[in-house]
Amino acid sequence: MKRYVYINDDESAHDLYCDNRISNRKYTVLNFIPKNLWEQFSRFMNQYFLLIACLQLWSLITPVNPASTWGPLIFIFAVSATKEAWDDYHRYLSDKKANEKEVWVVRNGIKKLIQAQDIHVGNIVWLRENDEVPCDLVLIGSSDPQGLCYIETAAMDGETDLKTRVIPSACMGIDVELLHKIKGVIECPTPNKDIRRFDANMRLFPPFIDNDICPLTIKNTVLQSCYLRNTEWACGVAVYTGNETKLGMSRGIPEPKLTAMDAMIDKLTGAIFVFQIVVVMVLGIAGNVWKDTEAKKQWYVLYPDKGPWYELLIIPLRFELLCSIMIPISIKVSLDLVKGLYAKFIDWDHRMVDLETSTPSNATNTAISEDLGQVEYILTDKTGTLTENKMIFRRCCISGIFYGNENGDALKDVELLHAVSSGSPDVVQFLTIMAICNTVIPTQSKTGDILYKAQSQDEDALVQAAAHLHMVFFNKSGNILEVKFNSSILQYEVLETLEFTSDRKRMSLVLRDCQNGKILLLSKGADEAILPYARTGQQTRNFIEAVEQYAHLGLRTLCLAWRELREDEYREWSLMFKEANSTLVDREWRVAEVCQRIEHNLEVLGVTAIEDRLQDGVPETIETLRKAGINFWMLTGDKQNTAIQIALSCNFISPEPKGQLLSIDGKTEDEVRRSLERVLLTMRITTSEPKDVAFVIDGWALDFALNHYRKAFTELAILSRTAICCRVTPSQKAQLVQILKSCDYRTLAIGDGGNDVRMIQQADIGVGISGREGLQAARAADYSIGKFRFLKRLILVHGRYSYNRTAFLSQYSFYKSLLICFIQIFFSFISGVSGTSLFNSVSLMAYNVFYTSVPVLVSVLDKDLSEETVIQHPQILFYCQAGRLLNPSTFAGWFGRSLFHAVVVFLISIHAYAYDKSEMEEVSMVALSGCIWLQAFVVAMETNSFTILQHLAIWGNLAGFYAINWIFSALPASGMYTIMFRLCRQPSYWISIFLMTAAGMSPILAIKYFRYTYRPSKINTLQQAERLGGPIVSLGTIEPQPRPLIEKDVSTLSITQPKNRNPVYEPLLSDSPNATRRSSGTPFDFFQSQSRSSLPNYSRNCKDN
Amino acid sequence: MDLDSGTSSTVGARVQAIPGRPAQHGETCKQCHSSGFAALYQFKQQNLPACKPVLTPATVIATFLLMGFIFIPLGLITLRASNSVVEIVDRYDIECIPEELRSNKLLYITDDSISKNCSRFLKVPKSMRAPIYIYYQLDNYYQNHRRYVKSRNDKQLLHGLGDNSTSSCIPLESSGDLPIVPCGLIAWSVFNDTFKFSSGSSELKVNRKNIAWKSDRNHKFGKDVYPFNFQNGPLIGGGKLDPNTPLSDQEDLIVWMRTAALPSFRKLYGRIEEDLDADDVIVVQLMNNYNAYSFGGKKKLVLSTSSWLGGKNDFFGVASLFIGTFCMLISIVFLLLHVKNPRPYGDAMYTSWNKKSSSS
Repeated sequence: MKRYVYINDDESAHDLYCDNRISNRKYTVLNFIPKNLWEQFSRFMNQYFLLIACLQLWSLITPVNPASTWGPLIFIFAVSATKEAWDDYHRYLSDKKANEKEVWVVRNGIKKLIQAQDIHVGNIVWLRENDEVPCDLVLIGSSDPQGLCYIETAAMDGETDLKTRVIPSACMGIDVELLHKIKGVIECPTPNKDIRRFDANMRLFPPFIDNDICPLTIKNTVLQSCYLRNTEWACGVAVYTGNETKLGMSRGIPEPKLTAMDAMIDKLTGAIFVFQIVVVMVLGIAGNVWKDTEAKKQWYVLYPDKGPWYELLIIPLRFELLCSIMIPISIKVSLDLVKGLYAKFIDWDHRMVDLETSTPSNATNTAISEDLGQVEYILTDKTGTLTENKMIFRRCCISGIFYGNENGDALKDVELLHAVSSGSPDVVQFLTIMAICNTVIPTQSKTGDILYKAQSQDEDALVQAAAHLHMVFFNKSGNILEVKFNSSILQYEVLETLEFTSDRKRMSLVLRDCQNGKILLLSKGADEAILPYARTGQQTRNFIEAVEQYAHLGLRTLCLAWRELREDEYREWSLMFKEANSTLVDREWRVAEVCQRIEHNLEVLGVTAIEDRLQDGVPETIETLRKAGINFWMLTGDKQNTAIQIALSCNFISPEPKGQLLSIDGKTEDEVRRSLERVLLTMRITTSEPKDVAFVIDGWALDFALNHYRKAFTELAILSRTAICCRVTPSQKAQLVQILKSCDYRTLAIGDGGNDVRMIQQADIGVGISGREGLQAARAADYSIGKFRFLKRLILVHGRYSYNRTAFLSQYSFYKSLLICFIQIFFSFISGVSGTSLFNSVSLMAYNVFYTSVPVLVSVLDKDLSEETVIQHPQILFYCQAGRLLNPSTFAGWFGRSLFHAVVVFLISIHAYAYDKSEMEEVSMVALSGCIWLQAFVVAMETNSFTILQHLAIWGNLAGFYAINWIFSALPASGMYTIMFRLCRQPSYWISIFLMTAAGMSPILAIKYFRYTYRPSKINTLQQAERLGGPIVSLGTIEPQPRPLIEKDVSTLSITQPKNRNPVYEPLLSDSPNATRRSSGTPFDFFQSQSRSSLPNYSRNCKDN
Repeated sequence: MDLDSGTSSTVGARVQAIPGRPAQHGETCKQCHSSGFAALYQFKQQNLPACKPVLTPATVIATFLLMGFIFIPLGLITLRASNSVVEIVDRYDIECIPEELRSNKLLYITDDSISKNCSRFLKVPKSMRAPIYIYYQLDNYYQNHRRYVKSRNDKQLLHGLGDNSTSSCIPLESSGDLPIVPCGLIAWSVFNDTFKFSSGSSELKVNRKNIAWKSDRNHKFGKDVYPFNFQNGPLIGGGKLDPNTPLSDQEDLIVWMRTAALPSFRKLYGRIEEDLDADDVIVVQLMNNYNAYSFGGKKKLVLSTSSWLGGKNDFFGVASLFIGTFCMLISIVFLLLHVKNPRPYGDAMYTSWNKKSSSS
């Protein structure tokens, strides 16, 4: 499908395409209530509560006042509806602001100021410097004589550098006045969300250059939400408007993520629901039988002989209502509240603030903190995530001479400085390529310093380094580049730019040396993209060695090359290039093919090595998290050797003989398959061995593996705890996440750049690093942190505490609901199975809303272990990963506890208040008081650390219970009038409460003490150690598969070795099964060494405590 | 439980000593001298000083022992109180039916022509001090049945006909056009056996005033609400009420309307305000009007003194003794376990570390 945009045609396009009104709103004023209600009722829990509330309106069956369900239900709905409305209102306000912004648009040949929402497709829009672009435009004019303009795309892709945009050749040189009257047609694709591509054509109508089809690319467009910078004015034709812009199309509310814990809670809720149905059926049948046999004889009940047709249903429905509190309506509210607080704790945590940039951590998604504690796989990006993404030019190799090897900094290498000052031609050419073969824009600040605006950090590093070496690139005006070298100014005219793409992995410039008129081709790119195209006869051995050596040091390498073009060769090629550039179909591929025709026979000059330093604390973080049983995968776009080196230096993999790296490679499908099978075989053999086995795969092989051998690869993914994937594309990253998710692993993806966004969105938890590659990843992520090392705290402290707290809170919510429900069920047996409620409506409502929800809410402050202990013993996270604290068996424990407590409360209250004291209201309040006291003690017993707030909430709540009931007892109109005063004066009341508490809590205390002391879990052991300081036996056995303590001996790969190493020899890649067996043959008593090494650790920890 | 106070103090100290607090938290820090901000800051960092109770053997064993020492005496005291109460229980529903009618109890109770008079002789086992409470007890009577317990209208009881919505009184809301006052099943089934007591030749004075709660008389039942059309319908349930006495003075009704939570309950009938000596014989003249036969209920007459704990109820004592013994046993078991099998961490390391922490 194509879209034809008629430039400056005021009539035709109005109806065809939408106007420029942006709408991000989910609701309108009219549809808010129905739509919101519909959304809320699509959840099972809400449907259930609504059904219950509706049934309660039927006074024949309702045991209590309907308000006891309607109140909380309306409250819950109102809260979430208000939240939605508030969010939507803010979206509306920001839309309105954007829509009503005034822009200059040409209407009927005159420039007019209109609101942005009235722009139509085909209108010519004028922008001034620093204006925001209101819709997607194709440029037709600019204040710059070369037709350039600069835009900032931060809002779109998070990149803060300036990008150049250029007007199409057809519009070049049109007078400003004539731009008002320009007519023409733009043939462009239907709206899509690809912000990197725009394959279109433009044809201007006479009197302008007639019938000449002019190709358009993304370079000729400015997209919505960009800003015009450094350009006085620009104008363009609106091609996509409103929600059809590229930004608008890619917008969308991501699917809400559900935590494993929520899923478990849902499952348990379902189980309770089934239990409830069974109870209701049993009681319903019993009730009907009792009614027919006994109640008919009881004249004072006055049962009619013949009831209505629905008579049989009445008693079951009554019990359904009586038991409806089994599923606590408060659990959703409580969970939302505490989840919000978990997120706030992350925001507030000053130990997760990046001090350099003072960026605090931020939890965008407030609902998934528990999942952090259950992470099993971390998929991490390399550049900018593990490393700082601060590129520094460190070394280079020019025509076989290594610079910078001695002191690690080529810029201070005397030899290089000498070579520069003596003007060695190779070195000068090398510096020239470093300085100009890029897309950097130099700008002169007011003080005269030159600032570079670069798209990639590598280019920036190279240009800066060249400037240091006296090759200063100081001006770029249109096609003319000006370079100052040792006080002489050199000018180059750019003829063509062969852009960098991730497939080509190189970029080139064709330019004319203005000094002598020669046409040059300058290239830089990855080694495998440059070295194969070297001039025949040139020895590339040196360069391969250099690349190898640099890669082993974890440096990023680029090869620089050039050649001189003959005039005719260039002209011939230039035509093809133009043609390729104007194709509409497969343009990228065609262009790449044409580029290929000129990029050969290159004179390779040398290799640059850029250092990207590891972030602080990365190795420690990885080591700690690995001990916590989390598996790491590194997904990087970088090359294999660099990736492996970084992996080694940050403890990602262990060097031989402890670790073993298996490689999956191959150029063809068959090779990949064989390699994959071999690695799989090795993995299966070695899983029982105490060895760090990892595999490394590159994007090419991964493509085959994912598309053809998915099953085998999935098995490999399960077996392997560590993997390195190099040269992977963003979509492959997302696919890998998908594979791990499909195996039911909890995945966390962490990255910093736009290429990680898909992976971050796909993963269960997305973490973005608000780093140098912009904020794009951080925006898409659920959590954004300043540095990789904060991940440790995010998972071990925040994730773990959140999991523990939610586990307690959710199970406790069921406990207290079941407790009161069981009492009601027991009471029904002594009230003729007729469905009488022992408790009155006020008590039932207040029980859920006040009495039991306040104490449990402060459990968000509970800490079972101190943060220091958790960080020192990350293995303890296993309890969260395996879901040890919330699963059907722990839930059964709570279920049993509520049953036991219900029996205790019920028996004691009916026996203590028998005969002359068996007044209904009094018995009800005795039983309720018993529940309140028991639950206070249960919360107190399950609390591991008491802060002042816990004391206030638990004991204050108890006092609040009496206060509320005294108030009700003081109101003559209430059913409870004087009851509580009466009870509090009776010794028998207090003795009953005392008995209930003792009988309810002493077995629980006994069991807890017995477990704590004689069957301690690792958490208990650590608690004991933390609080009493005793020695702890090693925790090594806590993991299903213990891992050795990874030592840092990257030092073995020192700089002197690579020089005399066979370039093909890779010590870490032993990809034959033989090698594996050989290395595994050595006896290796891992377990002993593990416990030995951890013991001194422990005693030290204890002293630290 | 013992509280590890050492931990809490170190936590507090650590908060102050965190190095390199970020710039934006600077303000917070400057205000640290104000305790409110410091507390808020600690809250935000989840660093509030906390005490962490530890289940050490000593504390747990001591807790159980203490509970045993509290509950066993408590049990003894409550048992004593319960035993000090003298109680005479006499089931009269069967005995009061003439021999020949015992096979057809229903006929006996529904036939108005048969005299319901009945005499009972009660022997006082021990001397009883005034006041002696007179209760009637009903067993297997479901005052807590849902249909029954809801069938009343509190507003009507207080305001009379002023409030006409008596739908809650179903199935007995009105007779003719007017609502019944008082409406509903509870009032309709009011208990109507009567008792007269005499000891020897003299009649025992029974005080039938103030048997209902004062709050009910003053605030729940109207002073100018008269049961003018009560028990006029075709269905006669329990007793009748004097149409000329306001509801607030109909104490039998008020007592009856305080529904019982259990199917077996006692309700106050009156008080004898003179002491009874041991071996006195009390003659009870009763009118056996109330129908408990159709559903197999039991009717009992109870004379009881009271203690500080209320009537005779051994449950407190038995339960307390049981719990006390259980706690004692548990503490002994734990003690034995601890002696035979000391906890793995309760060794020298523990004490030496403790010394270190106290010195530092």
